[in-house]
Amino acid sequence: MKKVFSRPRSLKSTPFHYCAGCGHSIIHRVICEVIDELGIRGNTIGVPPAGCAVVAYNYFDVDMLEAPHGRGCAVATGIKRTLPDRVVFSYQGDGDLAAIGTAETFHAANRGENITVLFINNAVYGMTGGQMAPTTLLGQTSTTSPPGRNAILDGHPIRMSEILANLEGTAYIERVAVNSAQNILRAKKAVKKAFQYQIDGAGFNMIEVLSQCPTNWKMNTVDACRWVDEVMSKTFPIGVIKDTGKGRKDAD
Amino acid sequence: MSDKILIAGNWAIGEAAIRAGCRFYAGYPITPQNELTEYMAENMRRAEGGTFIQAESEIAAVNMVLGASAAGARAMTSSSSPGISLKQEGISALAADELPAVIVNMMRGGPGLGNILPSQGDYFQATRGGGHGDYRTIVLAPASVQELADLTMDAFDLADKYRNPVMILGDGMTGQMMEPVVFGKPRPRRYNEKYVLKGAGEGKSKFIRALILDALRMEEHNWKLVRKYRVVEQNEVRFETYKTGNARLIIIAYGIAARIAKGAINRLRDSGMKVGLIRPITLWPFPAQIIRDTAERIDRFLVFEMSTGQMIDDVKLALEGKGHVSFYGRPGGVVPTPAELAKAIVQEYRR
Amino acid sequence: MQIKTIFAGFGGQGVLMMGYSFAQAAMFEGFHVTYLPSYGVEVRGGTANCTVAVSNEEIASPVASQPDYLVVMNNPSLMSFQTRIAPGGAFFLNSSIITGRPNRSDVDIWGVPTAEIASELGNPRVQNVVMMGAYVKMTRIVSAESYLKSLKSILGTKKKAAMEINRKAFEAGFNYIE
Repeated sequence: MKKVFSRPRSLKSTPFHYCAGCGHSIIHRVICEVIDELGIRGNTIGVPPAGCAVVAYNYFDVDMLEAPHGRGCAVATGIKRTLPDRVVFSYQGDGDLAAIGTAETFHAANRGENITVLFINNAVYGMTGGQMAPTTLLGQTSTTSPPGRNAILDGHPIRMSEILANLEGTAYIERVAVNSAQNILRAKKAVKKAFQYQIDGAGFNMIEVLSQCPTNWKMNTVDACRWVDEVMSKTFPIGVIKDTGKGRKDAD
Repeated sequence: MSDKILIAGNWAIGEAAIRAGCRFYAGYPITPQNELTEYMAENMRRAEGGTFIQAESEIAAVNMVLGASAAGARAMTSSSSPGISLKQEGISALAADELPAVIVNMMRGGPGLGNILPSQGDYFQATRGGGHGDYRTIVLAPASVQELADLTMDAFDLADKYRNPVMILGDGMTGQMMEPVVFGKPRPRRYNEKYVLKGAGEGKSKFIRALILDALRMEEHNWKLVRKYRVVEQNEVRFETYKTGNARLIIIAYGIAARIAKGAINRLRDSGMKVGLIRPITLWPFPAQIIRDTAERIDRFLVFEMSTGQMIDDVKLALEGKGHVSFYGRPGGVVPTPAELAKAIVQEYRR
Repeated sequence: MQIKTIFAGFGGQGVLMMGYSFAQAAMFEGFHVTYLPSYGVEVRGGTANCTVAVSNEEIASPVASQPDYLVVMNNPSLMSFQTRIAPGGAFFLNSSIITGRPNRSDVDIWGVPTAEIASELGNPRVQNVVMMGAYVKMTRIVSAESYLKSLKSILGTKKKAAMEINRKAFEAGFNYIE
């Protein structure tokens, strides 16, 4: 009998601590599958964030260096410049990447640092208990926007992918989702392309993943997955946002 | 002496760092240490495998150093007082992760933006860790450009030896002024490569992290760090004594202030007053023992700092209530002359 | 022996180079030496100064509250520093543009028309080195040979022509003053 499904080599056997229905575990697996397929496990260094994925090193079976909150892109820059032939990725949430770490993200992108950033956008601060994130949608309730995010008081949700796409240093940016089997397959393709772009020396690349957070959205998993399609992706449209084509053509 | 060159303190740090094998530097412009950043921009790119990055902020710079250090590079960042405040997050992380790094602080007047003149107001910040959490950084206080060069090389060795951040605590004046320097021969780098993240290869993957959610494990890590700090305290204390032999009053000063103190002491000795100096070279670990021992013979101490009085706390702790301690302080960027200091010493001497 | 000199003028007059070349010459002769430039916002206003201390023992402070010598290339610098000079010290004034006289009777005053001398040599940019000729001669801290060696190391070996005109400037200043 042929084995058609197994745990990726780069994924440790530790059970995930994530909430039921959370997107993180899916994304972890997707990344590990890509690392295996590209044969880069021994050559990869990851940078987990402060946030729900803070203990990502318990799951990824690759070398990892924890970054202080928001500094993933700066830490990854230091690693990559020291070891340019390694594959370096940072894994960051929306508060980490688009609030406290905006400057680090923006400037790493602008310098065209040859790193891959996995940007997990779940429109909320998950680990701290559901506060308003820079990507929280207008009208969306959170523990720090109880009546719903109000543009006048709280500002608008930030589209980091579109902003970074404007910088000369970025090679490839795509927004994906992990709320359906089809989207997960697309997400995997994008992640693989991003890593391939880095291997090819294309420059800064980022995959923004719309990730369901049933716990803090106060929904069941099915509704959360539906909400990504029906609501969240209206503000954050899925698709390729920038592709300079600097990576290998067959990376798609 | 063809190898003696006249060089500014900030350049001497840069040159010494590169000679010591520093291959990663990230910094952000701030006066009075821009010459160091510029020196690294010019020369680090020429060093084999050298990286220079002008970072978007002090915070980014120190976190780049964190990454470079974990990846095995001898790494350094530098700034002046307000910028060092911003770096504390990263210094705390380096200490927690037990990663080596050298951080240079060419102190200026404060608090707040203060001014850009020489000052010693960051003593507490430097010697008490500076950022959050239970940790220490090794703090070296050079008093000349030659010492800036020597201690910079030593700083990298100490950082590797103890896998701990080491701070060079200079000031605007030692950075700006030029003096003759002979660069020493750096020792070969010795460090335990096991912690370095280079990719797992075929082996087991590693991770470096500061997050330890379990209280007992966190406590264990805290005590582990303390045991390391005890070893540093035992082995690495450095100080200089100057004319303490028959002294009746001992000045305690560090860095540029200690030089001024020597000038004042020479004047006073010329007029028959028996005054000497203890100059801490490591501010942490603090040379408490020599001060305590000196108090067996001499019971009067005058602490001179270019601040409102910070090191004086360590002097009092060292003395454990023995002797009499007075203070002369000139904060805000004022660099008193040896004559001014001598006047203050005379008052105390005649009391 | 400890001698402190302040070199002052406006940006572009080569004031920092004067101090540096002298400090390096003193180092060549085996003295302890410190060179301290003014820095930061202070130098953005167009004035520049530096302090050089030379001693046969360790120098306590690179700052000169009472300099022994004051080398002044323009009027504003004379106004700023003239009260600070130590009794028995000496002024070296760029008499080409400094019209006033120091209000001090307890010091020596040497005037050197650096602009005129330099233009006779055909290069107005070497005024600072003309002044250094006079300074080195009268202060006798370093020898002319040491100073020229320092100058040569600053100009580098590639610029033979530059060294030649600077040597002439130095000699002109040196010979001007008696």
